[in-house]
Formats: sequence, C-alpha cells, structure tokens
Amino acid sequence: MDEITALFHGFTVALTPFNVLLMFIGVVLGVLIGVLPGLGGANGIAILLPLTFTMPPTSAVIMLSCIYWGALFGGAITSILFNIPGEPWSVATTFDGYPMAQQGRAGEALATAFTSSFVGAFFAVVMITFLAPLVARFALKFGPPEFFAVFFLTFCSFIGMGKEPPAKIVAAMMLGFALAAVGIDTVTGQLRLIFGWHELMRGFDFLIAVIGLFGIGEILLSMEEGLSFSGKAARIDTRVVIDTWKKLPRYWMTSLRSCVIGCWMGITPGGATPASFMSYGIAKRMSPDGARFGTGMPEGVIAPETAAHAAGTAALLPMLALGIPGSPTAAVLLGGLLIWGLQPGPLLFVEQKDFVWGLIASMYLGNIAGLIIVLTCVPLFAAILRIPFSIIAPVIIVICAVGAYTVHNAMLDIWFMLLFGVLGYAFKKLSYPLAPLVLALVLGDQAESAFRQAMLISQGSITVFFSNTLVSSIMGLALLSLFWPLVSRQWAMWRGHA
Amino acid sequence: MNETVAETNKDAAASSGGISLRRAEVVVALFFLAIAGMVLWDSVRLGFRWGEDGPEAGYFPFYIGLFIGLSSLYTLYQALTAAATGALFVERHLLKQVLAVLLPAAVYVLGIQFVGIYLASAIYIAGFMMWLGHYPAIKSVIISVVVSAAMFMMFEIWFQVPLFKGEFNPLSVIGY
Repeated sequence: MDEITALFHGFTVALTPFNVLLMFIGVVLGVLIGVLPGLGGANGIAILLPLTFTMPPTSAVIMLSCIYWGALFGGAITSILFNIPGEPWSVATTFDGYPMAQQGRAGEALATAFTSSFVGAFFAVVMITFLAPLVARFALKFGPPEFFAVFFLTFCSFIGMGKEPPAKIVAAMMLGFALAAVGIDTVTGQLRLIFGWHELMRGFDFLIAVIGLFGIGEILLSMEEGLSFSGKAARIDTRVVIDTWKKLPRYWMTSLRSCVIGCWMGITPGGATPASFMSYGIAKRMSPDGARFGTGMPEGVIAPETAAHAAGTAALLPMLALGIPGSPTAAVLLGGLLIWGLQPGPLLFVEQKDFVWGLIASMYLGNIAGLIIVLTCVPLFAAILRIPFSIIAPVIIVICAVGAYTVHNAMLDIWFMLLFGVLGYAFKKLSYPLAPLVLALVLGDQAESAFRQAMLISQGSITVFFSNTLVSSIMGLALLSLFWPLVSRQWAMWRGHA
Repeated sequence: MNETVAETNKDAAASSGGISLRRAEVVVALFFLAIAGMVLWDSVRLGFRWGEDGPEAGYFPFYIGLFIGLSSLYTLYQALTAAATGALFVERHLLKQVLAVLLPAAVYVLGIQFVGIYLASAIYIAGFMMWLGHYPAIKSVIISVVVSAAMFMMFEIWFQVPLFKGEFNPLSVIGY
C-alpha cells in the first residue's frame, strides 16, 4: 500500500492553488488544440513547451499533461458535431456520434463521449498508479542489453502491428533514426551526417519535426478537404447529462472491455488510434445491437472514446517507468522532462518521488477538471469552429512558426519546420506512418548508445541480446511482434486445417 | 510492348488531371534512396567497423542507411511493377489549393528572415485573409494587427521570451 501513501502525498504536491489554476488553463488550451485543425496533442504541446520553461518542473508538467487530457477530450467535439475528427483517434467516434447529432441527440452523444473518455482515462491512471512503480522497480535491474531489447520491442511492434505497408514503416522509422544521428556523436565526439554544414551540429530537434509533420502537414491536408464547417448546434444541460449517466451503466461490459484494449494498446506502442478502431470493431461484433452500429448507437461512441483515452493515458506508463514513450505526445512530454533535467526511467521513481507522484495525482485531478470543463463549455468550443478557415489557417501557421523558433531560438528551424510540413503531407498521403518516425527521432540516441554499450560488453557479438532469460524473452517478444502478421496468418491456416 | 504503351498512356492521362499516385510513390522512394546514399556515404567516411576501442561512429548509422535503402528499393520496385490504376496522388485543382497555402507560407518564412516574426505574421495573416478568404482590407488588417500585437505582448512582455526580429529589425524604432 506504499502506492496509496505516495499518491496522497502526490495530491498534496499537486493541489496548490497555482497548480489547480494551471490545470484548468491546460485543459482549456488542450480542448482548443483538439478542436482546431492542424494543432494536435503532440505539436500543440511542442509549441507550448517553451512557455513553461520558467515554471517549476512539477507545475509545468502538470499543465502540459492537462493540455494532453484536453486535446483527448476535444477531438470528440468536432467528430460528433461536425463529422470532422479533430484528432485521428476520434475518427471512430464519428461513426455513431455524428448520426446521433443528426437525430438531435448531440447533447447525449457528447455527454456519452466525455463520460466514456473520463472512465477510460481513470481506469488507465489507476493502472499507472499501481503498475508503474512495479515496472520501474523491475527495470532497475536492466543493463544496456535489456534496454536495447525494450527499444527493439517498441519499434518491432510498430512494424508488426501497423496498418501501413511494412517497407514504408521501416523507411519512415529509419529516417527518424538517421535524423537522430545528425550532429555530434555522443560517444566519439565526431561530427556525423552534417556534410560540412555547421549549423546542423545541433542536430534535428524532434519538436521541430513534430510541429512541421503534424502541424503544417495537417493544414496542407485540410486545404485539400476544403473545410466548410457546417455543424450541429449543441447545448448540454444538467438534465441531458443526468439522463445520459442513468443509461450508461447498462454498457458496463463495453466500457470495461474498451478500457482493457486501450490500456494494452497504450503500453505497447499501438497508440490511441488503433485502440479506438479495434475497440469499436469488437464492440460491434459482441453487441446484440451490432447490426445497428453506425446509425447512432451510444455503444458506438462509448467503445472508441473509452479505448482512445485509456490508450492515450496508458502511453505515459512506459514513458515514466522506462523512459520509452508509447506515443508521439508522450515523446513530447518526455522531451520536456529532459529539458528540466529529469531523466525519465526507473530511477525517477527513486530520486524524484515528489515529482512522479505529483504528476500521477495530477492525472486524476486533471481528468476531473477536464470533464467539468468540456461538459460546461461545449457551446464555446463549437463557436470557435465557426471561425472561417481562412482566418484560422494563417494564424495556426504563424503559431507553428513561433513554436519552431522558440525551441532553440534558431531561424533555420522555421525553414526545417516548413520542409517537415511538406514531408508530412506527402507521407500522410502515401501512408508512411509519422509516429515511428517521431519516436525514432526521440529515442535514436538512447537506442544507439544502449546498443553500443551492449556490444562493448560482448566485444561485438550480438549473442549478448540472448545472454540471459530476461533479455532473451524481451527479444523473443520483439521478434514475435515483428513477424506477427506472418505468425497469425500461419496460425489461422493451421486452425483452418485442423 | 503494347502494354507498356498503354500504361504510359494511362499515366499520361492521370497526370493531365494532377499528379499520379505512382509518380508520387516513385519520387518519395527516390527521396528515401538519396537519404540512404547520404547516410551510407558518411558512415563509410566515419568508419562503420569495429575499432580498437569498440564500434566506430558510423557503425550504427551504417545499418540505418542500409535499412532505409533496402526498404525504399522494395517500395520503388512495387510502385514500378504495380498495374497502372490511374489513381491520383492529388488532383490538379486540389494541388492548386495546397500550393496556395504552401507558397505564401514559404514567402512568409522568408519574410521572417528579413523583417522578423511580428511584422511578417501581420502581413501574412492579412494577405491570406484578403487573397484566399476575400475579406475586406480593413477587417483583414485589423485582425492581423490584433493577432500580432497579442503575440508581442505575450512573448516580449509577459513571458519574456524574445522572438526573432529579422535581419532589418523594424521594431528597433520602438526600442526592441
């Protein structure tokens, strides 16, 4: 029960008036980011990161994670009212959410979505509370080979679980590693991949890549879709909320299943988007009303929203306990922690107890703040969506440029942001995935040094990755997930014959 | 032989309405191959073998380059051998819309280089609103100035994070 004591201590850290104020500001900013096209959890936090440099780390990370909760909530608003998913993980919410809004049940759909999101996130936070310290304690035993094996597992599961063609996933991921290698080699001090261009010595910051790939790329894509917002008006009053809450316990099984799917997909870096689709698909298959999915069933909103939030929250577990983020947004938060001199990973739980438990406590509080804000402010956020695109688009590009500049106060970074924007547009259209690229760029240096240290231990033999049960089972799991599509196909064939 | 002619025609037909999906696939795969070439080249220069005291600096990047090369060769091969579908990467009128955002954005970044973020942003937002949104000049100018001024207040005064003022800093007249 150490965790409970630690958690209550965390509440005393998180519950200062200043931090609570930051929580509310964070959630409002987050919902705004989630609602606006071109700004999402990852690049929104990347842009706002420099503004938090002057705050104490605990307050700063509380605000940043609340922005993340807000962005998770915000995606549902656009999906339900406008049939435009504000975030990729809310695509599945449009299937039943938008029909509900068309039938005049927008308030019910929104209340269902927000409550489900809250339930999913809450489940995941409880899991983090009890599981993260265990994982961290376990990971204290890790040496370089084990750490490399965990990196390897992370990247293999992208290839095995991804929907995109494997060759494209590999290409995008390796591009991330190549970009990470640019600059000074941390071991030998040699300059790598800069081709005499000394401004590149600093290397490519992944924040610039995130702002360009997700921000500018998204705006270019939105231009193609020719955004004309024509949404349903929505009001949520207490009656709608209470009526919806009365109905929700009926779907407890769907909720629970979606929570589990979400947590699993969040810890392994499947991420919120596949989690929401998978959860929707399974709910459709298992529900007695499965055939009526897509016509405005509350279950069709509960399943994807619960899973997306559980996944989005659970992605923070490997980030905190191992220093390996499960999603691009978790990677941006990790970047923030590094800037404040906090090295996420097993030692964080030992050395920075206040910080870790303050953050975990703020996850509980931030989600409650989020639920209150979204339930009360929907009309306001919907009104923002009615601002014409030709005003929103240039303002977002300006915000991205400012965000890119403030990372290193370097003008060159704004050019790189534009370049990454074009890449992001082309990659999205040709189904090259962006998440593994970003994660490889973040983790590249760490993965490389873990690899090199492991190789030093073994004097250049890769058998070091199979030298004990722990490392071989992680490697085995990694290889299994790498070849999962082949394995599952063989399994299905074998089952068919038997 | 006839098949290839038919294919070229199909591609030509596709390109008359925009950029064909195949062409885009090939260009992006070639981009990746170029990156692979650069990474391999530099890894070989740095040394990619086992040195006296462990792996050399190019050891890890060498394999990265190799993987980029192999995977994009495969994608290139697939794009070139797949049956022509006439599918489009982007239609011409949509490409125009995308370029209508991208090119001014590039000019905007160039503008930042010379006159700094605040002035360039104001001009960019006003121009975007007037040109693409067909807003009256007065409304556009008011909105863009308000946005820029709000940014100035936020960064220079509240958060004390100075932003780029450009090579010919126009704000030096008011002491920034």
